[in-house]
Amino acid sequence: MKQLTRVVPSVVAALCLSASIAMAGTLDDVKAKGFIQAGVNGDLFGFAKPDSKGVWKGLDVDTARAIAAAIFGDADKVKYTPLTAKTRFTALQSGEIDVLTRNATQTLSRDTSLGLNFAHVNFYDGQGFLIKKDLGVTSATQLDGASVCVLPGTTTEQNVADYFRVHKMTMNPVVIENTAELSKAFFAGRCDCMTSDASQLAGIRAVAPTPADYMLLPEIISKEPLAPAVRHGDDQWLDIVNYSVLALIAAEEMGITSENIDEMLKSTDPKILRFLGVSPGNGESLGLDEKWAYNIIKQVGNYAEVFERNVGAQTPLKIERGLNALWNNGGLMYSPPFK
Amino acid sequence: MEETPPEKTTQRLRPPIRNVGILSWIRANLFNGWFNTILSLVFAYVLFLTIPPFIEWAFINSNWVSTSEECKASSGACWSIVTANIRFILFGFYPHDLQWRPLLAVVILVLLLFYSQNRKHWAKSLAYAWAIGLFSMGLLLKGGLFGLVSVDSSNWGGLPLTLLLSVFGLTAAYPVGIILALGRQSNMPIIKSFCIIYIELIRGVPLISLLFMSSVVFPLFLPEGMSINPILRAQVAIIMFTAAYIAEVVRGGLQGVERGQYEAAESIGLNYFQSMRRIILPQALRIVIPPSVSILISAFKDTSLVVIIALYDLLKTTQTTLSDPKWMGYSSEAYIFVAMIYFVCCFFMSNYSRKLEKELDTDL
Repeated sequence: MKQLTRVVPSVVAALCLSASIAMAGTLDDVKAKGFIQAGVNGDLFGFAKPDSKGVWKGLDVDTARAIAAAIFGDADKVKYTPLTAKTRFTALQSGEIDVLTRNATQTLSRDTSLGLNFAHVNFYDGQGFLIKKDLGVTSATQLDGASVCVLPGTTTEQNVADYFRVHKMTMNPVVIENTAELSKAFFAGRCDCMTSDASQLAGIRAVAPTPADYMLLPEIISKEPLAPAVRHGDDQWLDIVNYSVLALIAAEEMGITSENIDEMLKSTDPKILRFLGVSPGNGESLGLDEKWAYNIIKQVGNYAEVFERNVGAQTPLKIERGLNALWNNGGLMYSPPFK
Repeated sequence: MEETPPEKTTQRLRPPIRNVGILSWIRANLFNGWFNTILSLVFAYVLFLTIPPFIEWAFINSNWVSTSEECKASSGACWSIVTANIRFILFGFYPHDLQWRPLLAVVILVLLLFYSQNRKHWAKSLAYAWAIGLFSMGLLLKGGLFGLVSVDSSNWGGLPLTLLLSVFGLTAAYPVGIILALGRQSNMPIIKSFCIIYIELIRGVPLISLLFMSSVVFPLFLPEGMSINPILRAQVAIIMFTAAYIAEVVRGGLQGVERGQYEAAESIGLNYFQSMRRIILPQALRIVIPPSVSILISAFKDTSLVVIIALYDLLKTTQTTLSDPKWMGYSSEAYIFVAMIYFVCCFFMSNYSRKLEKELDTDL
């Protein structure tokens, strides 16, 4: 038995070592496969969910499509692996997926001890509260003794417990496994308020029997920067994922959309010409085709288009840009120069 | 010499109205004492309170084919969630214009099951029919031959996936379970201890953890870039799990066969395999039809646990539909629909087992 306890860790270590050596060239592996394997949520409307024809739609899905467009010039070369909150990081570590675009919050411990690297944030979220208006509550600090509907096993559950403890309030958590059931319980009056990421609460409020009876409290109690993640140790791959997200933002900054992109090719602005690969350089540095950014914007659109299509005012979610607006519009989206 | 019946000696009277027909049945069964009378009245009241609103909700005020806005406006059930998403619920990610293929595959499977139901059809030709049927099902789902477009197995989902996992899982688990049961009874120490360890180990953990191991732990030990089809992984986990339970049930059957039968088989010079094949197993398996069918039924329902390894079986495709904000409030309708499908399958199995029991009952 003693021998076994000594042998097993070294075998595991050897396996991990050989795995990380083999992982060195994700880009080459992906090119050889002919598609990227993306881990997504599967149940989150607006971020990643199949529609009634089984076609994947959402902001995270479009992020993965942007990466595929950058590499292959074809946004459809993605295979989606729906993952639960529990299996998502293992799937990335074991190499089953190449990139995780599954509304994962970037945290220090995930970045370090889980062996992940996060690319640029593709959605800034935060946890809020949804209440029924006739409760007469206007601030989350008045929620003492409230029953709170919350999803189990997420950072959400921890955050709300912390928040109540800090403000010396008591709460009765009502824990239900999936969002649809949880919101049904909330509308049926089984709890006083419901807590989740503000983006989700907006969507849930939109489908309430009478949306006007419900409101979001002004407090946002946590920071949830949602970002795509890749494995540690492959910097080229991280760069590609990172700049695929940034290209969406940069295109919005420069006013390039999927509609006007072909006219933009004739632009006289050297910044735009460099971005679109008319003046070469960027593509070569990333190990991609010079038209990589052109392909992303042409096939997926810029960040504003992606946002509006999936979660914006025209969708049932009706989320406002807020933190996700460009830096010069009061948001946090800021792209480094593409040169 | 005909004798005329004596007139008016007896009169043919109808029995009193309270002793015949439906009224007497009601009297004899529902109101035959003060306690039963109270119970009957209470239940009648409960039914009166629940049934009419349910019928009104499910049938009268309901929407069958409408948009979600029309559903919101009405007070009844919104079956439109099922009709509007039926293709995703049944076939998952299978390419939309190729969905006739999984449909045909399911039809073939159902026809084969119905045909095999009759014991008169059990012959060599049936085995060939199954072989051809399974091959054509595989071909229809997978494609890649005879001009059929190839469809990756990661796109399989919904009803075909549920049926595939259960039918293959159950048919493969049964023989494996019998072998394990025989192994556990064996006199050879290595085989015996292997079987005992296997059965106890597998029965000691829940199916969900086996599935989790197969999808989360197992890939970490594979070399990078090598991945085993997730459907296959789930299938193997289900077979391993069900086989352990079947083994214990079959062992009960083996112990239920009288000692005299074993001795009789030996005394006419049959070797181990012959006596098992001809004498012991036929009796043992007949005894355990009811418990094995309960295991098969629960295994069939357990296939819905594959959601945790991200396979889109029937239940998962339905839940995915529910996360669409348009249809979020109508989970009852969607779950009722899925429950009906599961119920029909399970009812078919349990009915068939009763029929088989009756047919095989030779009163030993």
